[in-house]
Amino acid sequence: MRKTFRLIIGLIILLISQLHSSAQHSTGMLSIAFKHLMDGQVLQLDSAVYKNAMGQPFTVSNFKYYISNIQLVKADGKEIAVPGYFLINEDEEASKQLMFNSIPAGEYVSLHFIIGVDSLHNCSGAQSGALDPAKGMFWAWNSGYIFLKLEGKAAASASPGKIFEYHIGGYKAPANCIRKVNLRFEKNLHIEQKNTAYLTIKVNAAEVLRSPASIDFSTLSSVTGFHNASMIADNYTDMFSIAKPDEK
Amino acid sequence: MKNKLLIFFSITACILLFGFAARFPGNSISKKDVELKIPAGFPKPLYDFKNNKISPAGFTLGRKLFYDPILSKDSSISCQTCHQRVAAFAHIDHSLSHGIDGRIGTRNVPALQNLIWQTTYMWDGGVNNLEVQPINPITNPDEMNESLAHVIAKLKQNTEYVQLFRKVYRDTIINSERLLKTLAQFTGLMISANSRYDRYIAGRDTFSMQEKSGLQLFRAKCASCHKEPLFSDNSYRSNGLKPDTSLNDTGRGKVSGLQSDNYKFRVPGLRNIEMTFPYMHDGRFRKLKDVLNHYSNAASHTTTADADITRIGRLSDKERTDIIAFLLTLTDKEFLYDARFADPGLK
Repeated sequence: MRKTFRLIIGLIILLISQLHSSAQHSTGMLSIAFKHLMDGQVLQLDSAVYKNAMGQPFTVSNFKYYISNIQLVKADGKEIAVPGYFLINEDEEASKQLMFNSIPAGEYVSLHFIIGVDSLHNCSGAQSGALDPAKGMFWAWNSGYIFLKLEGKAAASASPGKIFEYHIGGYKAPANCIRKVNLRFEKNLHIEQKNTAYLTIKVNAAEVLRSPASIDFSTLSSVTGFHNASMIADNYTDMFSIAKPDEK
Repeated sequence: MKNKLLIFFSITACILLFGFAARFPGNSISKKDVELKIPAGFPKPLYDFKNNKISPAGFTLGRKLFYDPILSKDSSISCQTCHQRVAAFAHIDHSLSHGIDGRIGTRNVPALQNLIWQTTYMWDGGVNNLEVQPINPITNPDEMNESLAHVIAKLKQNTEYVQLFRKVYRDTIINSERLLKTLAQFTGLMISANSRYDRYIAGRDTFSMQEKSGLQLFRAKCASCHKEPLFSDNSYRSNGLKPDTSLNDTGRGKVSGLQSDNYKFRVPGLRNIEMTFPYMHDGRFRKLKDVLNHYSNAASHTTTADADITRIGRLSDKERTDIIAFLLTLTDKEFLYDARFADPGLK
């Protein structure tokens, strides 16, 4: 009697552990690379001279932004949250390469995320990692994260040193700059057990400066939150796109 | 000979004692010292220590940081340079804040007390969480003019701090989150709730006729903004002061971006007001008498003041004196002389 009992218990334990390990194994890895562009060209800091829609030449010295609340959407509509806050910085190669280790296996049709930091994490006090205020992406005088920075020089700028500085942030009305981005995959993304799937997201920095609002360096060379920030956030909401497999 | 020996032993004893004291600076903090006690009649705090568990080691580290000029660029000023304990952590007799190289800021140093009941911080309310407030004085060019990253680098090179951080967090990580959280453990426990007013309300003390009259007048004329028991309703209002054109400080409008918020400033709590002079956001009034005069005349010479202020109307000499007599009952000696908040360098 006791032996049978032990056997049953043993079998149950074996079954549970089996189920558990199979659940663990049904995840794959996903690598997301961010490729920064200025229209057709690969973005180059300082050296390359670009032109805005008004034909004003400029160079870029700094381009970085937060990505958070990433969700992968399965073919059946189920959403898989990919937790974390990521500061993508043109000047830091490693920051442009995200690696996620345990994405449930399956067929995915799209992903969405927000550019910036959700309102809760703008009010959560001192934080570390990507949200460490020492990273210079936090406004001390008006608490909240700078969601995106685009800085550089333009001859047309009226600021000292001919610089322009667009610091976009703000999580409250009337100048809420949190923007949601939804990207559909042309072909389904397969996440398979123990395999790595690759995704490249193209980021066209030229969009920061145009459509719907065409930015004129001579009249707007410095933005620190508020209305103009919200206007530029509307501009860059469409700067992301999924690279085709042959573009990687 | 005997005398010489005595002197020798005295000196040795002194050196030993001094060395001992230097090893254990200040008053050591016990578990009991860092218990958060909500005073009777106070609402639930708005700052939550849930994600910043107070410990004796955390409080001790926060206190050391508060009193250490290491936070400033040239190691010349600390938090306490402007936030003095005997003034409820305001800056006695200084109208505007001071910084490194003798720089002067644009606003009066506010008292630090009952901070965990504030919705927002600074005169304009630009700061949304107690923990991130210190980034302002640390990085402001007119105050400490330092970067967070550099403060962290300095702390990492300081063996005493390396040990203190390890004592709090039991690992070797030093970052800005921990710096700011331990500071919040120290400042968050600055609670003033044992003034004569508090004891009178609790039925444990008496008021003179004048103080009673002052309280009554205060409740009729001032309490719509300076709401008991914290003596602030956490709002931002224009009190009708003529803007100082040399400062050009638009107050809350700067952080909200709304023109309708221009020249609004925080309704400050009034506890320990006897010690926190000079008054107002730019420290323009040296005496409580001046403040009362301003409010008494506010209706007649300004159009920008909040409706609650113009409603005060003229106060007679007696009314003003009575209100001031009441305000003086808000002095909380237990808080002002609380050894837990003393400079750990002082024995």
